[in-house]
Amino acid sequence: MSRLLPLALLAGLVALPLALGASPYLLNALIVTGILTIGAMSLNLLLGFTGQLSLGHIAFFGIGAYVSALTSLGFDVELGFGLRVVHEPWPAAIGFALGTLAAGACGWLIGRLSFRVRGAYFVIVTISFAEVVRLVALNWVELTQGPLALTGIPPITLGLPGLGTWTLRTKLQNYYLVLAVGTLCWLVIARLVGSRFGRAMRGLKENESLALSVGINATRTLTVAAVISAAMAGAAGSLYAHYLRIIDPDVFAFTTTVSMVIMVVAGGKGTLMGPVVGGLIFGLLPVALRPVMAPEAQWIVYGLVLIVILFVMPRGIVPGLAGLVRRRPSPPAPVLEPGPAVQR
Amino acid sequence: MDQLIQHLVNTLILGGTYALLGIGLTLIFGIMNVVNFTHGALYTVGAYLMYLAVSALGLDFFLALPAAILGGLLFGAAIEILLLRPFRGQDIDTVMLVMIGAGIALQSGTLWIFGGVAKAIPSPFPEAPLQFGPVSVSWLRLFVLGAALLLIGLTYALINRTKLGLAMRAAFQDADTAALMGVNVRLIDTATFAIGSSLAAAAGALLGPVYVVYPQMGGLAELKAFAIVILGGLGNVTGAAIGGFILALAEELGAGYVSSGYRDAMGFLIIIAVLLYRPTGLFARAERVG
Amino acid sequence: MSPILSVAHVGVRFGGLVAIADLHFDVAEGEIVSLIGPNGAGKTTAFNVMTGFLKPSQGEVRFRGTPLRGLAPHEITRLGLARTFQRTSVFPDDTVFDNVMIGLHRHAAGTGRAPLLDALVGRAGAGERALRERAVALLDWVGLGARAQERAGALAYGEQRLVGVALALATEPAMLLLDEPVSGMNASETRVFVRLIRQIRERGVTILLVEHDMPMVMEVSDRIVVLNYGRLIAAGPPAAIRSDPAVIEAYLGQGSAARRAAAEAREAADA
Repeated sequence: MSRLLPLALLAGLVALPLALGASPYLLNALIVTGILTIGAMSLNLLLGFTGQLSLGHIAFFGIGAYVSALTSLGFDVELGFGLRVVHEPWPAAIGFALGTLAAGACGWLIGRLSFRVRGAYFVIVTISFAEVVRLVALNWVELTQGPLALTGIPPITLGLPGLGTWTLRTKLQNYYLVLAVGTLCWLVIARLVGSRFGRAMRGLKENESLALSVGINATRTLTVAAVISAAMAGAAGSLYAHYLRIIDPDVFAFTTTVSMVIMVVAGGKGTLMGPVVGGLIFGLLPVALRPVMAPEAQWIVYGLVLIVILFVMPRGIVPGLAGLVRRRPSPPAPVLEPGPAVQR
Repeated sequence: MDQLIQHLVNTLILGGTYALLGIGLTLIFGIMNVVNFTHGALYTVGAYLMYLAVSALGLDFFLALPAAILGGLLFGAAIEILLLRPFRGQDIDTVMLVMIGAGIALQSGTLWIFGGVAKAIPSPFPEAPLQFGPVSVSWLRLFVLGAALLLIGLTYALINRTKLGLAMRAAFQDADTAALMGVNVRLIDTATFAIGSSLAAAAGALLGPVYVVYPQMGGLAELKAFAIVILGGLGNVTGAAIGGFILALAEELGAGYVSSGYRDAMGFLIIIAVLLYRPTGLFARAERVG
Repeated sequence: MSPILSVAHVGVRFGGLVAIADLHFDVAEGEIVSLIGPNGAGKTTAFNVMTGFLKPSQGEVRFRGTPLRGLAPHEITRLGLARTFQRTSVFPDDTVFDNVMIGLHRHAAGTGRAPLLDALVGRAGAGERALRERAVALLDWVGLGARAQERAGALAYGEQRLVGVALALATEPAMLLLDEPVSGMNASETRVFVRLIRQIRERGVTILLVEHDMPMVMEVSDRIVVLNYGRLIAAGPPAAIRSDPAVIEAYLGQGSAARRAAAEAREAADA
C-alpha cells in the first residue's frame, strides 16, 4: 500500500500530459509546480526530518539558478587588483551539475555556521544569507546584469555517447525532465530516511540529548542533511533557469520560500509524500484561483490557509488522512503478552 | 572628517527607530518565546496608518503619530488574542509558522488595499535643513530621533516602574512561577505583544514620512530587526537598543565608504560575524541555572 | 587493578552557584556503584559532567585512562561510556524497535567506508539485516520483545525506562550510567529491574547508578558514594553507609521525603 501509492502517483504524473492534451498554460503550471515541489521536498529533508526550519531556502534555489545560468552563458568580470575572470560558455548540463554542487557547498557553509546554535538562530541565519545573496545578485551588475536579468539562457541538452544529443526545448520535454529529477530526488530522500543516517536525523529531532548519548554526531548529521537539502534546491533552481531561459534577482523572493514552507507543512512535514501532495495542491491552486482572485488576494488566502491547517491538521494532510484511514476499520487492539523480564 | 560627522549624525537618527524595532521584537521573544514574523507587517501597518491619518483623514501630523501607534497597539492585541492564544502551549516552530502565515496575509492585505505604488506622507516641518557648520540635519529627522528616544524612555519606564512591567519581568524570568504567584500570564502575553507591535508601528510611522510608504517596506525592516535582536542577544532589551545603533552605524559607514548597494547587507554580515564569535549575542544575559 | 572510571576533584559552578564543590571517587571494572544524596546534591550534574553534557569548572574525569575533558557526548559514548536519562529516556514518536535501531547507530550498517553512499545505492542491505536481528535480540533480552511495534512514547513509564536501558546497551558500553532508573516503577517492576542490572553486570558492564530508592540501592550496590551539597560525605559498602552518621544527618536535615528515604534505608538495614 505505502509502496504502491507513490508508484501510482508517478504513473499518473507520467500519463497526465497525455490526458491534458497540449494545453501550454496547464503544462507550464505543472512544470513550475514540479520545480517548486522539488524545492519543497528538499526543504522537508531539513524541516521535516531534522526539525530545522530553513527560511532562506530560496537562496540555494537561486544560487543553483544563477550558477547554472552563468556557467552556460559565460561571463567576463573584473575582480579588482587587476584580476579578471573570463569564462566561455559550457553546456547547460554541466551548469546543472555545477549549480547543484555550488548550492550544496553553500548548505555546508550555512550548516557549519549555524548548527552550533540552531533553533531560532538557524532560521534567522538562513534568512540573512538569502538576503545577502539577493543583494549580490542585484548589485554585482557586471556578473549578473542586476535587475536587467540574465537572458538567453540555453535549454538543457542531454547527450548519450553513440545516441546523439537531445535539446529540451518544448514544454513537454521539460515536464518529463522535471518529473525525472523529482523522482530521483524522491528516491534519494526515501533511501536516506530509511537508512542509518535517516535514523540519526529522526533521533536528533525527537530527543537530542538521547541521540547524542547513543553516539550520534549532531553537527555532522545536520550539516550533511543541509548539504543534501541545499543541493536539491540548487538542482531545482537550475531546472528553473533553463526552463524559463531568463532569471533576475526576484528568484530570491522570500514569498517563494514561504510557498515551499506551506507546501511542506500542509502536506505533512517529515513524510515522503507530504511535500509532493502539498506541492501539487498549492502549486496548482493559483491556476484554480486565477479567474476569481487577484494575486495579492491569493496570498492573503495562502497565509490564512497556513494558519488554518496548523490549527486543524497540525501534522499535515498526508498524516491526517492516513490517520483517518487507519482509524475507520479499527479492530480491537490485541492484548500483548508481557515480556519475560517485565511481569506485573 | 566632516563626512564622518555627517554619518554619525545620520546613525543617531536611524539608530533610534532601529532600536524601537529591535526592542519590540526582543520583548516578544523574551517574554513569550515567539519569533514574531508579523513584526515587519506591523511596521508597514504603522506607516500606512500614519499615511491614512494625515493624507486621507487630514489629521494633524502630531496627532496622527500617537493615533498610528495606538492603532499598532490594537492590531497587536488582536493578533495575540485571535492567533497566538489558540496556539498557546504549542512548540516554538508551530507558532513561528502561524506568524509567518499572519505576516504574509497582512502584507498582502496592505498591497491589496493600497496598491503597489509608493505613497509619500507630507510633514509639517520646513524643507530647509538645519545647519551645524558642515553638518546638515532636516527638522523632520531631528523630530524622528526625539520621538524615538522618548518612546524608548517610555518603554523602559513601563518595564521598570510599573506593576505591569514588574509582572512582565516576572514572566520573563519564568512564566510558570509567575503564574503560580498570581500573575495573569494571558494578560501579560497580550500586553507584551501589543506593546511590541506598537513599537514596530511607531518605527514605521516615524520613518514613513522620512522615506516613502509601500507594502513591502516591512520585509527588510523585519530582517533588520532580527539582526538587531541577535546582535543584542535574544530577549535582551538593552542589547536591542544598543544593537539598533550599531546596525545603523554599520549601514551608514558601509553605504558611505563601501557601496550604497550593499547598505542593507550590513545587518546580515553582522549576524554572521556575531554568530561566528559570540553566538549568544554581544550582550548576552547570564544563562539560567538548572 | 586500575579503575575504569576516575573522577578527580571535579567541581561545577554556574555563575556563583556551586553545584559540585569537589567530587573525587573511582569505580573499578565490574563493580555496581551507587551515587546517592538528597535532592539537589549534584548527582545528575555529576552524570552530565561524566558524559560530556557539561564542562566541569575544575578537575578531570578519566574513562579507561582517557581524559574526557573537551570531548563531545557522542565521542564519549564511542569510548564505551553510555548513560540513561532521568525523564526522557526514549525517542517518543518511533516504535520501540526503531528506538533500538537508532540506538545501534554506532554499528555502521554499511560495510564500506562511505555509509552514506552505501545507503543511497542500496549496498547497506546485509548490514541492515544484521542490525535488525541485533535489535530484536536486544529487545527480547530486556523483556520488551512483545512491545517492539508500539510507539515508545505511548508505553507505560516503567517500560520507557527499559527502552532507555536497551538504547544505552545498544551502544555496547563497557560502563553504564543509570540516572534514577526505577523512579516511577512499582515494587515488582523494581525487583525485575534489579535482576536486569545484575544480568547487565554479568555481561561485563560496569554500572554507576543514581537512585532515590534506598532499599533497591542497598540491595544492588557493591559500593555507595554519598553526595551532599555538591560534596562527597561518605563512600563505602552498603553496610558501612547505612550506619554512617554523616549520611543519616544529611538525610534528616532534608524534608520529609528525604526523611522517609532515610527511614527506608534503615528498614533495609534491619531486613
